Amino acid sequence: MRPRCSRRYGLTVSVIITDNLTKRFPRVTALDRLTVDVQPGVVGLVGANGAGKSTLIKILLGLAPATEGTARVLGLDVATEGPVIRERVGYMPEHDCLPPDVSATEFVVHMARMSGLPASAARERTADTLRHVGLYEERYRPIGGYSTGMKQRVKLAQALVHDPQLVLLDEPTNGLDPSGRDEMLGLIRRVHSDFGISVLVTSHLLGELERTCDHVVVVDGGKLLRSSSTADFTKATALLAVEVTDRQSDPSFDADAALRERLTAAGLAVADGGGRVLLVEIKEEQTYDLVRDAVADLGIGLVRMEQRRHRIAEVFQDRPADDRPEEASAHV
Amino acid sequence: MSDSVAVPADVIHDIGYRHYDGPRLGRRYATRSLYTLTLRGSFGLGRSIKSKILPMGLLALMCVPALIIVAVAVYLKSGKLPLEYEHYLTIMGFVIAVFIAAQAPVALSRDLRFMTVPLYFSRPITAGDYVRAKFAAMFTAMFVLTGLPLLIMWIGSLLASMGFVYNLEHFGYGLAAAALYSLLYSSLGLLIASGTPRRGFGVAGIIMVLLISAAVAGVVYGVVNRQDQSNAAYWANAINPGGMVDSTVTWMFKLPTSADIGVPSTLGGFVFLAEIIALSAAAYGLLVRRYRKI
Repeated sequence: MRPRCSRRYGLTVSVIITDNLTKRFPRVTALDRLTVDVQPGVVGLVGANGAGKSTLIKILLGLAPATEGTARVLGLDVATEGPVIRERVGYMPEHDCLPPDVSATEFVVHMARMSGLPASAARERTADTLRHVGLYEERYRPIGGYSTGMKQRVKLAQALVHDPQLVLLDEPTNGLDPSGRDEMLGLIRRVHSDFGISVLVTSHLLGELERTCDHVVVVDGGKLLRSSSTADFTKATALLAVEVTDRQSDPSFDADAALRERLTAAGLAVADGGGRVLLVEIKEEQTYDLVRDAVADLGIGLVRMEQRRHRIAEVFQDRPADDRPEEASAHV
Repeated sequence: MSDSVAVPADVIHDIGYRHYDGPRLGRRYATRSLYTLTLRGSFGLGRSIKSKILPMGLLALMCVPALIIVAVAVYLKSGKLPLEYEHYLTIMGFVIAVFIAAQAPVALSRDLRFMTVPLYFSRPITAGDYVRAKFAAMFTAMFVLTGLPLLIMWIGSLLASMGFVYNLEHFGYGLAAAALYSLLYSSLGLLIASGTPRRGFGVAGIIMVLLISAAVAGVVYGVVNRQDQSNAAYWANAINPGGMVDSTVTWMFKLPTSADIGVPSTLGGFVFLAEIIALSAAAYGLLVRRYRKI
């Protein structure tokens, strides 16, 4: 694989670096002193609608000036080297952007040429890219007749056709049904793993980024809320979900309460997981044995025992008021 | 044939993702590509049959009378074309107006309506490059439309062995008129078309500006001319893009004037010429500003 970082920025391999990046509009501050350092890989940018995700993408493409602060993409300054950045970066917008009266092939060839590819290379890359995103015979038909899933694939293809070093995908799963969503997420994963292209993907759905991304950056109201690897988000404290049945011989026996008592006595933190599920904190390997033995001793049936991860959503749910970083900075 | 080499012929080899290491030709190439695509689109080339009908029909409509004029002149052995090159464009003014009204929105409103513009700007080209490509394409399309019938007339004059120098000179005057029409109509037409993603509104807007201004100018000319027999009535052409081009060209090359076409004075001629250039420049500038905002 060819080197995927610019040498112009010293030794660092960061694909995106922002430093105190601020964007103020007359009425609203879209980005507020955002400082992030994004490494190669699949990076998720999470935030509610209006959190500043699209504004950030515009600034990174060199299309809108920042009010304060600086940003570098692939080692290039967004304020002065926009055209060079846009030659090496792909962008998939959130909204519809496809003319219905041309075929996917015609459209993507045109977009490849707009990225500077000579005509013959544009045709070749278009055929390759459309195949990679999963469009086959239908690529010769007018886009107007495509399903939402197919249109999203065309949008992804036009972002990849010039073989960028980084793609910015703005809400790529918007409007897709669950299976289409899964396929798109799989495709995004492949963009990095198989094509070697770094990805910045935005979403307001945390669950999908959890599965797809190596790193997640959470923004809220233009401020950085958190930025760390997906593993850190979800593995910090592993939990064991345990569900048991009542004693068949003695239905009045409260199996849940008894088990909870046993485990607490053994020094484990137990929480209510909703329904009949108990969430047991996994301290070490023995935790599994402890639960098993406790259940066996009580003579009750074990319905399930599974490891459960924290979800990124919990960042939002139980965030203490003072958890917001004073100096919004982090290293992904 | 041996069985050991029975390789199925229809295997699809997944060769995986290949990186592109070839040349990247940058902004100027991209701008040129956009120019070519827009120019072809102005005549419906590379588009559906339906979108070819109108522009090709109008081009034919522009050229057929020129062919007839040439044929008649040759048949009558008149030794001179019955019509000034520039005057031909005045007569065909309606066709020119319909062409710009129909095709300027084709160049711009598709990109606005289907929100393709942000995609262009995620590429190396800038708003200025985008407007330059679109304007250059529209100008070229207009120049082909207005210049082709003049070319037919000139070739006809050569075939009929009419005065070579005279025809070359006046063919040049005609091309100057064609260039001014293309300049003014393209910039005005594109500016109006950029205001709406709906093609219909764009068409209606351009037609209104070009034809209503001509009608109003005609009325003003008539009213003023009745009371004041001097050349003052020609000022009416200042509010009519088509009349302004006609008047300026007839004045610049001292061509015979007709009816309400002409300049009020030498000063008026310079005013008209300056107005054509200023209007075109202003429309172009507004167009660039409009696209900077996206």
